Amino acid sequence: MIALFLRDLKLALRAGGGFGLGLAFFLIVTVLVPFSIGPGTGLLSRIAPGVLWLGALLACLLSLDRLLALDWEDGTLDLLATAPIPLEAVVTVKAAAHWVTTGLPLVIAAPVLGVLLNLSPEGFLPLVTSLALGTPALSVIGTFGAALTVGLKRGGLLLSLLVLPLYVPTLIFGAEAARRGAEGLDPATPLLLLAGITAFVAALLPLASAAVLRVNLR
Amino acid sequence: MSIWEYANPKKFLTTTERALPWLWALAIACLAVGLFWGFFLTPDDYRMGATVKIFYLHVPSALMAINAWLMMLVASLIWLIRRHHVSALAARAAAPVGATMTVIALVTGAIWGQPMWGTWWEWDPRLTSFLILFLFYLGYMALWAAIDNPDTAADLTSILCLVGSVFALLSRYAVNFWNQGLHQGASMSLDKKENVADVFWLPALVCIAGFLLLFVALVLYRTGTEIRARRIQALQTRERAAA
Repeated sequence: MIALFLRDLKLALRAGGGFGLGLAFFLIVTVLVPFSIGPGTGLLSRIAPGVLWLGALLACLLSLDRLLALDWEDGTLDLLATAPIPLEAVVTVKAAAHWVTTGLPLVIAAPVLGVLLNLSPEGFLPLVTSLALGTPALSVIGTFGAALTVGLKRGGLLLSLLVLPLYVPTLIFGAEAARRGAEGLDPATPLLLLAGITAFVAALLPLASAAVLRVNLR
Repeated sequence: MSIWEYANPKKFLTTTERALPWLWALAIACLAVGLFWGFFLTPDDYRMGATVKIFYLHVPSALMAINAWLMMLVASLIWLIRRHHVSALAARAAAPVGATMTVIALVTGAIWGQPMWGTWWEWDPRLTSFLILFLFYLGYMALWAAIDNPDTAADLTSILCLVGSVFALLSRYAVNFWNQGLHQGASMSLDKKENVADVFWLPALVCIAGFLLLFVALVLYRTGTEIRARRIQALQTRERAAA
């Protein structure tokens, strides 16, 4: 499992494109927001937590179709399915590698982009905490979506249609925690609920992803 | 005699063919009686005036929108456990009907909300969860349409339906947390004292029965269509193999 994890990390870092693309996308979305709604700092600082969460979510979505598709095309997935580790472990590792290469950079970049959007000083810690707790859920749910559409020729658009409704609870609690933090309220309740969702999907969704992958590999 | 006999497509088709005219007739009768009763024979509400009458379309369609998803969930489970093709096809047949019911509920709600709340749309928990339910229907139907192999499609959509049910439920309570709503709480229930007067309640009940029958008839009819489409496909494949 560790070998698989390292392999995925290396591929994402070296094979060009995958790593950093999501990050650049996140940056561009954040830069485009003031252009579309105007540069008023009062409004910007009010919507900053929501915009950063939405940007992180879209950046996550962007990299999902590469998550399994490359391994599917060159037959690696068939080998992994017959490997001595269960397929559930494979999809969990895939999701973990996706989080390290996509989610974690977003968490680290978010405070910098928060400065651009004039996020209030007390909002930084809740924003980073909520992203750190929430983005793993985005990766795990995204892996399920990628597993569903892996056999399709043009699955990209369908993937977003399937995955985005599943992102709703995570987005609600994550953005709510960040918003409460930015307004100086106590973000503990939504943070706990967010952590609950992440734990829940990380425990159960790999079973569904593996089942779906088995069907697709049949 | 068990329910599983209807897993045989032939048995399913012959039985539903005999039952369908009756179902159609009953559904149309219930809807005609209920809607006529509701629209013309009940008094206007003392606060809401004539707008209350849209309730005879809104409540039944909203109920069926949720129940259609539940039916798809049961059918998906039956497909995954017992692998009866009729069950998978019934789930597929129910999805567009459920999606349409969701749209009817949303549109009638908006038409009612404009004079009553002063807005077509409000990000209220109930309204929002219905919109999310509609997105789930769209994703489910899109996945069915995207996959060529019928067995793979049935498997994948069934699992999507199971996962989607969990997430739809999660979203339902998450949006409660996110925003307090304008929508009233449940006004009809089986066990508590009704807070809808009998004059309105009885025609509403007939309308609900009508929508339920309409849904059953539509799903059985569409399932029959799906079975025949599958047969044609099988015959064509066989012909091509023989040629």
